Amino acid sequence: MRSIKILERVLATIPIMFGVAIIVFFFIRLTPGDPVDIMMGQGGAISAGELDRLREEFHLNEPLHIQLWYFLRDAARGDLGYSYVLKQPVTSLIAERLPATIELAVGALLFSLVIALPIGVISAVRQNSWLDRLSMSTAFLGISMPGFWLGIILILLFSVQLRWLPVQGRISLGTGFQERTGYFVLDSLLTGNFAALKSSLLHLVLPSITLGAPVAAVIARVLRSSMLETLRSDYVTLARSKGVAESWVVIKHALRNAMIPTITVVGLQVGILLGGNMVIETVFGWPGLGRMVVKAIFDRDFPLIQGTVMIYAFTFVMANLIVDVLYTYLNPRIRMQ
Amino acid sequence: METGPDIRSALQDQIYIWRIRLELWWGNFKNFLRELSAHPLAMVGGVVLVLYLLSALFADQITVHNPIQGNLRLRHIAPVWQAGDWTYPLGTDSQGRDLLTRIVYGARISLIVGFLSVGISVIVGVLLGTLAGYFGGRFDSLVSRLADLLLAFPFLIFAIGVMAFLGPGFTNLILALTFKGWVEFFRLVRGEMLAEKTKEYVEAARVTGQGHLAIIMKEILPNIIQSVFVLGTLRMGYMIITEASLSFLGLGLPPNIPAWGSMVATGRDSILVAWWVSTFPGLAILFLVMAINLFGEGLRDILDPRLKLEG
Repeated sequence: MRSIKILERVLATIPIMFGVAIIVFFFIRLTPGDPVDIMMGQGGAISAGELDRLREEFHLNEPLHIQLWYFLRDAARGDLGYSYVLKQPVTSLIAERLPATIELAVGALLFSLVIALPIGVISAVRQNSWLDRLSMSTAFLGISMPGFWLGIILILLFSVQLRWLPVQGRISLGTGFQERTGYFVLDSLLTGNFAALKSSLLHLVLPSITLGAPVAAVIARVLRSSMLETLRSDYVTLARSKGVAESWVVIKHALRNAMIPTITVVGLQVGILLGGNMVIETVFGWPGLGRMVVKAIFDRDFPLIQGTVMIYAFTFVMANLIVDVLYTYLNPRIRMQ
Repeated sequence: METGPDIRSALQDQIYIWRIRLELWWGNFKNFLRELSAHPLAMVGGVVLVLYLLSALFADQITVHNPIQGNLRLRHIAPVWQAGDWTYPLGTDSQGRDLLTRIVYGARISLIVGFLSVGISVIVGVLLGTLAGYFGGRFDSLVSRLADLLLAFPFLIFAIGVMAFLGPGFTNLILALTFKGWVEFFRLVRGEMLAEKTKEYVEAARVTGQGHLAIIMKEILPNIIQSVFVLGTLRMGYMIITEASLSFLGLGLPPNIPAWGSMVATGRDSILVAWWVSTFPGLAILFLVMAINLFGEGLRDILDPRLKLEG
């Protein structure tokens, strides 16, 4: 029963992916005027010969539904077009920048979980204590704060004033770093280069905090409120009256069930991680997908923007799929069906 | 004139009905205020929000400086507690413009964008959600599919994508925020419609011969509108942050317009010599969004405790 549910859910993502591609396809129709003319206007980055190829690539002379067909066919083959500004296929440009973005996203997610899980649990167990009030006020601050501004304030404080952490980039020069996979922390470990490891980790700190802060805030709030609910439930009372140790009650009985709604929220937060990514990468000069798109927007590099927005949406759809599958595993009510 | 008394008594009936309605509304409003006073944080949020609104409305009267024209000889003057100059309480930016003036004018942008983008999202979302939830059918499945697809995009990514192709500008900004913004209101109203339309009071209204329009407008919508209002308030802070993020990236309004996001962005270039240029516009965003969220969460507790924490 459970595997059928999961299979259904996996299959349901296929039409969504198609729909996403169709919406992205229509994005370029939003441009006032001829997209190729606009791309041409960008300081002669595109030559006259390429102009014809570009018209052909977008199939702009064909009727709309034929254009859409070509677009979907190419996307299904993994061909997201060609960036005429950077003179490379969009897929290889994305593949090149993806490790930096993933490394930052993992850092942010780790930060948010490490902060939010204990805070959510302790705030619920010690409801209305000063610790609860302090953490919930901080969490409230976290959901109301613009990420780019937090990043700048952190740079001002920790990089400019205290000089503890680097301002920009992924690694310092002169560490003798050798790139292998594109994941700098991993590469430093693989080559046994501890100077590079230290440098890449230090470079990760501020961007991860900035990107992870709003996520941590949301997770802590949701976890706290669902913990408050489970702590008041009958099975927790029963466990307590059986004489189960309080810490075991909290972790095994209350937290486990409180995680179910929390997981769903974590999945939605992946959207914040991805969206914040463009902004935070710009603030910290982080050479990932986000910074590439923002630059592509100013270059009017339409194929690159299309391709990357599609990748972002696909990642979001996949993240929600994973969350749904996890949810099915975690929730005994579904498991038992 | 045989119809005279009839008209008069009909008019009197109407006046009587309206008097009762007004009294009910006034009573509800007084109840609401009483409940609000039990939420001190929501009160604080409401008061701060009103202050922002007032300063945005009376920006021309409050400030003496020009928000757009600067004097390069006056660039990077420090805030009053560092420089001791009350002419520029929060200092000046890299073009010698008074920072406080620009922040006050920036409130206009943020508030207008917030109200308009939420307002349009509400109108579109409520309209489509009502039709889809009440009548169902092919229209419902079509719009619901579209909503599902739009939900596959993270909000900021979608807005950035739309702005990338539309280009900067006020109308485009509102379009970018509402293209996806209506979806949440649609889902809320559609769900409530589905739940409400099977209830007894709707059945009763139908039996008395009321038409669909009357049932929707008079019976169901009044029961839903509070949830819409709460969600709208909670979404407004997010819209304002999104607009600021777009402006920060240079994708929002043209750069000479004093929007808080682009002010933070320009201040970044001079952060080593003038920390205040980025810091204060960001604080302005933070306080406004906090005020809106405090007010919104208070509203939710009072009007619609069912809407749960989801960030």
